[in-house]
Amino acid sequence: MRPNLIGRVAIEKNHGTMSSILVQVIVGGLLLGAVYALFSSGLTLVWGMMNIVNFAHGDFVMLGMYVAFVVWTLFGAGPWAGAPIAALVLATLGVVVYFGLIRDIMKGPMLAQILGTFGLALLLRYSVFWWFGANFLSLPENLVGGTFDIVGLRIQASRLLAGVVALLVTLGLHLLLTRTSLGSKMLAVAEDSTAAQLMGIRPDTMQAIAWAIAAGATGLAGALIATFFYIVPTVGETLGIVAFVTVSLGGFGSVPGALVAGLLIGVIESLSAYLIGAVYKDMVVYSLFLGFLWFRPQGLMGKM
Amino acid sequence: MRRWLWLSVALALVVAYPLVLSTPFQQRLGALVLLYAIAASAWNVVGGYAGQVSVGHVVFFGCGAYAAMGAYAHFGLSPLVGIPVGIVVSVAISAVVGVPTLRLSGHYFSMATIAVAELVRLIVTNTDYLGAAVGLSGPTVPRNVFDLSFISALPYYYLFLTILAITLGITWWMVNSRMGFYLRAIRDSERAARSLGAPASRTKLYAFMLSAGLTSVAGALYAMMFGFVDPESGLGILISVKILIMAALGGAGLLFGPLVGAAILVPLEEISNNLLGGKGAGLTFVLYGAMIVLIARFQPGGILTLINRVWAKRNGRMPKTEAARGA
Repeated sequence: MRPNLIGRVAIEKNHGTMSSILVQVIVGGLLLGAVYALFSSGLTLVWGMMNIVNFAHGDFVMLGMYVAFVVWTLFGAGPWAGAPIAALVLATLGVVVYFGLIRDIMKGPMLAQILGTFGLALLLRYSVFWWFGANFLSLPENLVGGTFDIVGLRIQASRLLAGVVALLVTLGLHLLLTRTSLGSKMLAVAEDSTAAQLMGIRPDTMQAIAWAIAAGATGLAGALIATFFYIVPTVGETLGIVAFVTVSLGGFGSVPGALVAGLLIGVIESLSAYLIGAVYKDMVVYSLFLGFLWFRPQGLMGKM
Repeated sequence: MRRWLWLSVALALVVAYPLVLSTPFQQRLGALVLLYAIAASAWNVVGGYAGQVSVGHVVFFGCGAYAAMGAYAHFGLSPLVGIPVGIVVSVAISAVVGVPTLRLSGHYFSMATIAVAELVRLIVTNTDYLGAAVGLSGPTVPRNVFDLSFISALPYYYLFLTILAITLGITWWMVNSRMGFYLRAIRDSERAARSLGAPASRTKLYAFMLSAGLTSVAGALYAMMFGFVDPESGLGILISVKILIMAALGGAGLLFGPLVGAAILVPLEEISNNLLGGKGAGLTFVLYGAMIVLIARFQPGGILTLINRVWAKRNGRMPKTEAARGA
């Protein structure tokens, strides 16, 4: 069965009224949505800059989860160590993937682009499967605080931490792109890499940095989710589709778009899990995606 | 002339194979190669010739498989009756997915096909009428020949060979029709093709619908041979992967590419599963992933393109002619 993403939003223990349960579900959805926004930002950055869709993106998240798990097994350390290490490991992987694969298939036909990243997804997913097995793993439930009450809402500390950190890092990414000279250089390459090169910017370096940032952010998101989520090799499949939905909803290349869309999808998922049943939440999200492709392929905020 | 000679020799070998190598394992292996060659050739119509990479082709495979088994399980009919139903449903789904996404860049199409495949898998897994997680079974004991339930793999081998021939015939006909010329023009440069009046979106959609219908037949045949279908074997994303990599490895957009890919990969998988046992499943797909990456990185045209090029160099001909003729 699929891991239950909404998990224990403490609905069963809730002693409040209908509306306070709803508020609780929405808050849970927002916290989850912030993490979605973070890893979708990575996808949207690469897509917007190089016009490459990374079909292995969900598996980058999965790797981040496993790094957090390994860090915990080896050192007994929580996400304060697991998350930065996951970000570092994945950033390195991002650079390796850029120079080893992406740089060459970027100019190739569409078939090569899609096959390349899709093959990478399989390679990562089944290497992990082979090494760790298909069992569901998880970090101990009380690794980050426990559960506590804020203004009458019961919230798991791990979800709160994940949501807040993800929100901050996503905002940081946005500031990096729009307020720093590095960001301007990257956007210049995205706009016109030949022109950027004439201005003394190295497109190769900028694109490698973009891959490092994108993969690093994704790994970080994975390590954060791992604190309250089942860890399994195929989890990247579901999360990858969530990232596609988020990016196509937010408009490709737009980090603020990914943020809004991520939060929205988190809430929609939580609400549909609560109102119609946990089994149907993925169906709702996938249908939403297809509906958007029909009626507004440029996303909520994007322009064609 | 030489071409036809080679083709007849190859055909004779294929027809004679299960009679010469006649152990049950070898016959079954041969049948499986042909079955996957049918599915991969069907994928080739949209993935190779139209250049639109569908990663969710298993949906159509599953439609065929479920329609065939459903005809037996719910109505007591021959699974054959399910084939047209599967084709109709597949073509309808392909139209629903294709109409919006084929107007956009190819990435959207690939993402949409993944999403549809997952959506359908989830729906079927939660639908009792379709057997939910357990799936549907075919006839355990064949009532008559129309149940297409045989113990030996030999009848399947020749059945699949016939269907493969028909599939390749349809593909060949498409390639050499007006549609084929449109498709090649679109694949080389969609903008140029559009500006010269080729109806790009519509042509791609027709290719997708044709491909969906053919894939559904492959799914139905698969279910008949194995006698059952469940969400994993009929709708799992890994079936899409196998189909896709076979076509790409052999040579996407070449008539015999998928057949070559299937002839390499199916035995490889059977052997690795036999050697490695349960652990092998994971390792097989590690290998698949690595192969896809290497093909994409070094030889996006597939093995046949490579062979054609080497062959042409030896004979001092232009390498383009072989590929352009669609072989």
